[in-house]
Amino acid sequence: MTDRRTTIKWMLAAAASMPLLNHRAAAEPAAGLLPAPNGYGSDPSLTKLYRPGDVWPLTLSAAQRRTATALCNVILPGDDRSPSAENAGVVDFIDEWVSAPYPHQLEDRPIVLEGLAWMDAEALLRFEKYFAELDESQQRAICDDICYEPNAAAKFARAAKFFARYRDLTVGGYYSTPAGHRDLGYIGNVPLPRFDAPPAELLRKLGLGPEAA
Amino acid sequence: MGGVSSHVVTPSTKPRQYDVIVVGSGAAGGQSAYTLSMEGAKVLMLEAGRNYVPEQETPMFQTPDQAPLRGTATPEKGFGFYDSTVDGGWTVPGEPYSQANEDPRGRFTWWRARMLGGRTNHWGRISLRNGPYDFKPHSRDGLGFDWPISYDDVAPYYDKVERLIGVYGTSEGLENTPNSAEGCLLPPPAPLISDYLVQQRARRLGIPIIPGHRAVLTQQLDFKRSPALLHPGNLKAQKIIAAHMQQRAACLWATDCGRGCSIRANYQSTTVHLPPALATGNLDIFTDAMVSQVVLGRNGLATGVKYIDRISGQERLATARVIVLAASACETVRILLNSKSARFPEGLANSSGRVGRYLMDTVGSSVRGQVPLLESLPPQNEDGASGHAFYAPWWGYQDQQKGRLNFARGYHIEFGGGRRMPDFGTLRGLESMTGGSYGKKLKDDARRYYGSFVGFAGRGEMIPNEKSYCEIDPSVKDKWGIPVLRFHWQWSDHETRQAAHMQKTFAGIVEAMGGRVMGAVKTDGAEAISPGGFIIHEVGGAMMGANAQTSVTNEWCQTWDVKNLFLNDGAVFVSNADKNPTLTIMALAWRASDHIARLMRRREL
Repeated sequence: MTDRRTTIKWMLAAAASMPLLNHRAAAEPAAGLLPAPNGYGSDPSLTKLYRPGDVWPLTLSAAQRRTATALCNVILPGDDRSPSAENAGVVDFIDEWVSAPYPHQLEDRPIVLEGLAWMDAEALLRFEKYFAELDESQQRAICDDICYEPNAAAKFARAAKFFARYRDLTVGGYYSTPAGHRDLGYIGNVPLPRFDAPPAELLRKLGLGPEAA
Repeated sequence: MGGVSSHVVTPSTKPRQYDVIVVGSGAAGGQSAYTLSMEGAKVLMLEAGRNYVPEQETPMFQTPDQAPLRGTATPEKGFGFYDSTVDGGWTVPGEPYSQANEDPRGRFTWWRARMLGGRTNHWGRISLRNGPYDFKPHSRDGLGFDWPISYDDVAPYYDKVERLIGVYGTSEGLENTPNSAEGCLLPPPAPLISDYLVQQRARRLGIPIIPGHRAVLTQQLDFKRSPALLHPGNLKAQKIIAAHMQQRAACLWATDCGRGCSIRANYQSTTVHLPPALATGNLDIFTDAMVSQVVLGRNGLATGVKYIDRISGQERLATARVIVLAASACETVRILLNSKSARFPEGLANSSGRVGRYLMDTVGSSVRGQVPLLESLPPQNEDGASGHAFYAPWWGYQDQQKGRLNFARGYHIEFGGGRRMPDFGTLRGLESMTGGSYGKKLKDDARRYYGSFVGFAGRGEMIPNEKSYCEIDPSVKDKWGIPVLRFHWQWSDHETRQAAHMQKTFAGIVEAMGGRVMGAVKTDGAEAISPGGFIIHEVGGAMMGANAQTSVTNEWCQTWDVKNLFLNDGAVFVSNADKNPTLTIMALAWRASDHIARLMRRREL
């Protein structure tokens, strides 16, 4: 367990570096873990099955992945209907995303890396533990302050911007999987011999259909 | 990568003597090669890109998590990973184009593909006929130009193309929205719940909502009756096309058409035009053949084309009696402008000075709405035929005649909602409705809102203007050493006002559905309009016309200056109606190719 004095020193150091973090270099964990220079090119095989890390190496450190995992699972926990974000492969996806060589992803990388560092610094400041080590109520106490940009206090504005982006990545990464599809009740992507009109009873209930037009 | 089809003759094979060279393999090149080879001409097709085999390369049932970055768009795959475009998009590696203007509003962005079949592999398959007004726009409102042909000249070819490629839709008899001849159209697919809702509420605003027209087989083609109608008196052609119609499966009601279709259920040149054309034995195809210029002989006729074999990097020459350019409007213009000679110092067939001029795209603007009535509905399979069961044709002709609108020309509305396959962006921006929920609440919110969004996109007519054109950049060359195009672009008030009208109309429909608009409604048309080229409906640049002084070709796509040179693609368009151009490109290419065959039979070519 880190003592409070060390923790606060660490936190201040993290906070002091924040203004620099628009510069990508400031958020890079270490040499050798930078995004690869090249993507999949203009003519990749479309029928091959890809997994994160297949085309360019993943770059999150073990510590970053721990925090990323905990935060994904706070945003989309498992329940009786569907798995947690972690178990749907969202952490690997986010690692793939922030490690990708394309402009949009290179823009997101410092936002995500800095945000993950902020989550830990804030957790240490409030509870003297890393974010992944907090219990659910402690995690929610931090997330409640940053989960909606329009309501966030000025001092949390930057963290709230990160949270909004991270939630979109988590939601996008989750609901684009077969597990996410099942959770939403998406039942397509199967060949059908014919395509039928919506059930008459449902249309009637909604006041719609050929007769109601 | 990519499979090699035994049908495709590679550049190393010894060429035959050819009657016709067709440059390009998309909608125009595919139709031209089909018609000419069925008529018995020996045809060589040159395609700049690689061979492409939809049966082997199409990702039919892959889910987003099986692609890098969940399949989202990147600069290398501009419409997402599973979009079928090969070596293309808004940029093609090593093949730049330039802009005359740094202001974003003066830019034109050019989508290209480098693959057999070109952009027909990924297009939206929306197949609308131009109507009678659309061929005589200047006569109606004094703007732009009239075509040298009328709807009645093209109607028989619309019938033929619809029968050949397979288009679903209905004939509703609405103003300037032509009916098809009996038996041409396939039945439209069943609408979705959201389609019915849009139909009911838009009609209350006076906007007609009718079945869309798309090149997707909702049932097998009529292989018994159609062949004789397509090729009267030509038994060989009838037999070939009857066999190929039976090899095309009907839609299986899943997967996005933009990926292409391995069962040949929708139209792409590679699955519909080229296989029967190859079956005639009259067609050879060279892929990886990047045409740089048309060669002019001493007699004033075109003798062939120069092309770069992309595999060896060697420049080669192909010769034939007739040259057909079908490389896409801008690429055809580029080839002409790069074909300079003492006789044509400003580019081939450019004595009118109009090559490159009057380039047009389509006016585009969109609005997304969220509709409480559509929340939390029970699961339905709503994949359908990949969208566009319904659309709204332009309904404002009478208002325009009465001077009630502040812009000329119309637009149609494309819209879509429903429970389509969720991807990375499906539930984006939920926090504006959920107050930033996360955890269990967010999962509940996602289940509630999925399927409750409806998107509206307008597709409207741009009037040709002096300030939208392309020319050869004096200093930039591509990696093959071929000078590139430089674009000039400017919308007029007609287009920007139309875009503002779209925004207001779509917001009105969303409200009539009891929904709310996601994001802001753009009242400034210059903000609302998509940038030039974004809708990928570029046409014009070598318009057809009634005389050699003011146009580049006659009504048969035959250049006035060089009688054995034909421009069979969108370059000859005189106007760009709101109707998506591909069906008209094919109809005109068939008509021009019939004419070429006729002239060759008469020994006039």
